[in-house]
Parts: sequence; structure tokens; C-alpha cells
Amino acid sequence: MLYREAGQFKTNYVADRAIFPLREDRIGLGLIVLVAYSLAFLGNDFLLQAVLIPFLVFSLAAIGLNILTGYTGLLSLGTGAFMGVGAYACYKLMTAFPEVNVIVWIFVSGFFSAGIGALFGLPSLRIKGFYLAVATLAAQFFLQWCFIRIPWLVNYNVSGALEAPLRTLFGIPIVGATATPQTRYLVVLTIVIVLTWLASNLVHGRIGRMWIAIRDMDLAAELMGIRPLQTKLLAFAVSSYYCGVAGALLVFLWYGGAEYDVFNINQSFFILFMVIIGGLGSLIGSFFGAALIFIMPIVLGIVLPAIFEPLGIPIAAETIEHLRFMIVGALIIFFLIVEPHGLARLWQIGKQKLLVWPFPY
Amino acid sequence: MSFRKLSLGLAVATLVGGATLPAFAQDSVYVPLFTYRTGPFAGSGIPIADGMHDYLQMLNERDGGIGGVKLVLEECETGYDTKKGVECYEAVKGKNPVIVNPWSTGITLPLIPRASVDKIPILSMAYGLSASARGDIFPWVFNPPATYWDGLSMIVKYIGEKEGGLEKLKGKKIGFLHLDAAFGKEPVPLLQELAKQYGFEVALYPVAAQDMQNQSSQWLSVRRDRPDYMIMWGWGAMNGAAVKEAVRSGYPMDKFYSVWWPGEDDARAGGAGAKGFKMLNWHAVGTDYPALKDIQKHVVDKGLSKAPKDKVGELLYNRGVYNSLLIAEGIAQAQTVTGKKVVTGEDVRRGMENIKLDPARLKELGLEGFTDPMALTCTDHNSHSPAFMQEWDGSKWVKISEPIKPMTEQVRAQLDAAAKDYADKNPGWPKRSERCDNQS
Repeated sequence: MLYREAGQFKTNYVADRAIFPLREDRIGLGLIVLVAYSLAFLGNDFLLQAVLIPFLVFSLAAIGLNILTGYTGLLSLGTGAFMGVGAYACYKLMTAFPEVNVIVWIFVSGFFSAGIGALFGLPSLRIKGFYLAVATLAAQFFLQWCFIRIPWLVNYNVSGALEAPLRTLFGIPIVGATATPQTRYLVVLTIVIVLTWLASNLVHGRIGRMWIAIRDMDLAAELMGIRPLQTKLLAFAVSSYYCGVAGALLVFLWYGGAEYDVFNINQSFFILFMVIIGGLGSLIGSFFGAALIFIMPIVLGIVLPAIFEPLGIPIAAETIEHLRFMIVGALIIFFLIVEPHGLARLWQIGKQKLLVWPFPY
Repeated sequence: MSFRKLSLGLAVATLVGGATLPAFAQDSVYVPLFTYRTGPFAGSGIPIADGMHDYLQMLNERDGGIGGVKLVLEECETGYDTKKGVECYEAVKGKNPVIVNPWSTGITLPLIPRASVDKIPILSMAYGLSASARGDIFPWVFNPPATYWDGLSMIVKYIGEKEGGLEKLKGKKIGFLHLDAAFGKEPVPLLQELAKQYGFEVALYPVAAQDMQNQSSQWLSVRRDRPDYMIMWGWGAMNGAAVKEAVRSGYPMDKFYSVWWPGEDDARAGGAGAKGFKMLNWHAVGTDYPALKDIQKHVVDKGLSKAPKDKVGELLYNRGVYNSLLIAEGIAQAQTVTGKKVVTGEDVRRGMENIKLDPARLKELGLEGFTDPMALTCTDHNSHSPAFMQEWDGSKWVKISEPIKPMTEQVRAQLDAAAKDYADKNPGWPKRSERCDNQS
């Protein structure tokens, strides 16, 4: 009815190639962005600090891994470590050059992560699939070892932890304890929107097609003139860049201080699950995955007592935790059975159905 | 647009969720308890959570709260995970908690800078950031009754006494088995300094967090190096595994010492061979105290506790009780200092600085002899209290020493350096402006 293609004519190739060819999609996207920004002023601290900021951070990391695993078909278990590289690089840079704005350093720290990522991506030319996953696992363990063992990385802090010093933007604190969730959220949201837009352009352009070609059949891609080494390394670099920025955001705009343990193997799996559930090779899927894996347990934690307590059944904190595990696990299985290609595919099907609704053919 | 719907639904869900949270009456004090009854550390977390909950619940049942004000207790499950801990903090923040106890160093660190902004004091009992013992720099953080540096110096002192004087340690070799994380590495500089001072040798055996359960390589090195003494700095599954490995590799257990975190279950892991294993502790085990009897009477027997009856009074259960004792004292002192009944986080911060557990007060609380007297001041948020050594006799812990005083001089140097370091590296760290009711 409202959502349909009829009547929207494309008169040139640019319009036809647009990422969002439908007017409704563009309006919808605009609305989402608008709602996202207005939530900064409508949402309470809990919504911003404990739900939306981490959701955006994990979405960004999931986009990073999706570029590597979803678009280029290279399985990686080093996401947590690459996030860590970004966080530690950002910490070193912002303490060594406090006069430069922290936003600059957040973006720059991604390049360190990209370099390390490309380095550990080198074996990807020779090894594939699960074997590559094991090679990236080495990155995870090696880098984690570095985070513990090199005190220089934390400026010889006795606690061995990353601490967020006070940093401002236009005189308003954005990093450090005095930064309000509102300003943090706005900064994270803007960074995530900018990087998502960039990623969208990357994956829809020449580079993205090269990645997809490599993913679908690397031999054929090579015969067509795509150089596998450069392409794969580029995928590793770009992916790690995103993860690195996400790591810096995680520590400085969400936690405000963290131990090395935040970047352990579980973090890598956490992001990998988001990508798989959300949908491999889809940017919006990264957001869906992050929402399902991260936000749903929180919502359950609020909804379950609200359902049971009026019935006179008190629910203890740990019971909620057990229920969360069970329900999230069951839902993951459910979604994967219903749609093995992830939530993004469900979303696409839904949109297609909506296009012809109420007169399907 | 289901994404839009999703975010809308989410917002609605949160609003609805927020609205259904119990609205707390004006005449109560909200005490959130961060606990971990799930996850890999649940073995230690459950008895601690039970102890914390039961003591405060007992005050509610027996005395109707503190100073006539009911305590509203709410557990938040962290799973010992920083992510969930920070989520818990945000969830409880809006309900005016008077104090938070994160029960994880990883969760404590992000909360430290926020405490002064949100006006919520943090009680990280003998864990967290050791430097936060300096109340003049960290007015909102409390980590009594001793820091890890205090603990290490007590163990070294005890070993020295056994040898017949600290100078007799010359030429000896002390092995240090530690979790390879900030927590386990913290005592290393002090140990090395003491080694230099007294001429003993130090061998470090780091255990990575993912290898906690498999320490065969470390114990192989121990067997090769044959250290005269072993000191352990572990947590969770690491302690039990270490005791087991020590027994298996035939290390003399009476020369195996640990900081205060192993529980009965960890020692039991070693079977009969674990006899002689020693650890530091600062409070009693068992239930031979009026307050603990009251817990049994008012809470456990009424079925208000989650703890199995035979676990009441075990080491980590009593550790939880001690934690709650500090919370309760903080609230009680806050009531005295401010004259208010319903206190806030700011009041409890002042109350904590006035905690004075002298023998008379302990007796009044029904905990005479439960722990050594201690007192906090505005500048000293730790008290650096002495702890005693206890030994595993195969079935229970037996106190084997008088309280050992920490080596104040050496510890103080570490502490001041660390506190200064923290403040220096965080430019703009607020100068203490909080009032002090206890100038001393």
C-alpha cells in the first residue's frame, strides 16, 4: 500500500544504481537517523548508557567482521584482539598527544588495528576456511598476551588497566567520567553513521565486488584479474580498522576504563555470533545481529520480572540470567532454522512481501 | 520498517520496564548487591552472595532494618563479566543506591571515575584498585580491610618468622604462582623489592586466565626449581587447580601459602594431601557468633536464604557477611553523622569514613571476635588491618597465628606511588572537596 515501487521511474543510470532506489526506503532511513538522534534527548541514562551505546559499538564491530567474513568469506576469530589494538593504540595516542582532539585519535587508532590485521591476514592467501580461523586465533592469543605483558601499552599503570582521561570536544567532555551519556551517545552515533555510510559505499563499489568475487570463487576471481593477496589483505585491513575503532569506542565512550580481559576470545565469539545471526554479507544484518545478541537479553531481564512478578512469582537475579541464556539460545536456533541466512534475509523477504501487499502475485 | 519498529518497540519496552520497577518507599534504603551466581566463577560467587544477602536480610528481619529503616535488597547478576556489571550499575543507578559492591576488579575499574560524578560510593573489599586506599585522592572508593600489598608483606613476614627472622630468608627461593592479570601481578614489584632487601630469590609462575584449570606446566617448573616456599595469588577455578597440582607434584603443602581468596571447596580439591595448606584471612569461619546465630534463626531457618544450611559459616559465606557488615556499618554511621534516617549515597560515603569496629562495637553487633578491630578515616580508606594465617587440617580451616601486621613502610611507598601515578595520568582528576567528619 504505502510501500511500493509503482510510479517511481528511474530516468538515468545513477538513479538505477542507487543503494536505496525506493523513495520509501530513503524516507525510512532518514526517519531512523532522526529517531536515533532524538533518542539522545528522549531516552533516559539507562537506555543510552547500557543499551544504545554498546549496541552501536557492537554493531560497528560486527560491520567490521562482516566485511571480512561476510563479504570476503574469510573466517576470523581475532576480532576481540583487533578491537583491543584499537583501544590500546587510542590510549597511547591520546595520552602522548593530549592536545589533539580525541575524535581524531579514535579514527587514527583504527589504522594501527588495520596494520596488525593485515599482518595477521598474510596467511590467508594460503590457508582457507577453518584453518584460517585457527590462524586468526593465534592473533587473538598473541595480542592478548601483548596486552598483559607490555606495560608500555598502559603507560606503566600499576593496575594494568586502560583509564579514560578527560577529553573534550568544543569544551564539552566526551571522554572521561564527567561526560554525560547523552554526549557520549551522540558522538558514538555520529561515528557509527559515518563509518556505516563509508562501509556501504565500499561494499557496493569496485572494492566490494572484488571481495565478493573472492568469496564466491577465488580461482575465478583471480582469472578475471583480481589479485587475491591484495584484495584479501585489504579486507583484513578494512575489517580490522572497523574493529579497532569499535574497540576504542568500547573502552573510552562506553566503559570509561577496562582491563585486557575485555578483549578476550569470548568477545571474538560474541561478535562472530552477531554476524552469523544478523546475516553474512549484510550491513543492516550487523545491526540486527547486535540487537538480537546484545539488546534482547537486557529486554528479557526487564520484561521477565514484569511478567512474572504480578503473578506472585518472584524471580531471582540468577534465574533471570538462566532464563536469558535459555531463551536467547532457543531464539538463535529458531531464527537459524527459519532463515539460515540470518535476520537480514528475513528483513529482505519482509520488504519484498510488503512491496506487493495486499495483492501478492 | 521493522528496524524503526524495533527501536520504537525497544524504547517502549524500556519505558514500560522502567515503569514497572518497584517504586521504593521513602522510608527505606536501597542496597543493590552485585552477585555472580552464574558463570565460571559461580563456585566462589554463590557463597559470597548468600552471605551478603543473609546478613542484611537478618537485620531486616530482626531489627526492622538499620536505625528503623528497612533495607531494600536487590541482587543484580553480573556473571563476573564487566559488560554485565556495567549494565547492572546503570540499572541500579537511577534507584538511588547508597553503595555498590562490584565484586570484580574488572567491574570496579570503570566505576571508580564515575563514583564521584554519580555520588555513589564503591566498596571493593580487599580487591579492586589498591591505590584507592588513599581517601584523599579517592574519596568515593573504599577497599578495606587490607590491600594486596599488605597481604603479601604479611605472608613474607610470616615465612620470615618461621625461619627465625626475616634476615634468615637470605638465599631462600620463593615461588610466586599468580593469575596473569592485573590482580595477580600487582604484588610482584613489592615482592621483588622485598627480595632485594632480604636477599631471597623470586621465581614467578604466571597462570593465564584461560589456563587456570591446567597448571601442569607451571608445576613442572616448580618441581624443577624447588622453591623453598610457594605463594599463590589466584581466584576462581585457579585456586582449586593449584592445590590439586601441588598435591600431585608432591610439593610440601605446609610451605604453600595463599592470599585470602581460596575457599573450603578449593582446599578440598586436593583431597587428604592438601593438609597443611595455609592462607591469609581476616575473619572467622563458623557460626559461633550471635549475629551468625541470628542469621540462622531469622533467615536460614525461615527459608529466606538460598544457602544450604551446612554452607552457612563457611569461609566465603562469612566473607560475604563481612562485606555486608561494612555496608551496614556505613549506613549506621551515616545515620549517626547526618542525623537523618533515610540516608543517601553521599551520606553513606561520610558514614564509611567513620566506620570504627572496635571490640565494643563488634560485641554490640554480635560479632565479638569475628574479626580484628579496624577503623577507617578520611585519608585511610583501607585501614591496612592485620590478617592471620589459617591452615587446612583436611576438613576445615584452623587459625594458626596471631594477627600479622603488614610491613607498613614498604607498602606505603607502593601505595603512594600508585595513587600519585593514577592522579597524574588522569589530568583533571578532581581534588578532594568532599567534607570530612573524621579528622585524624
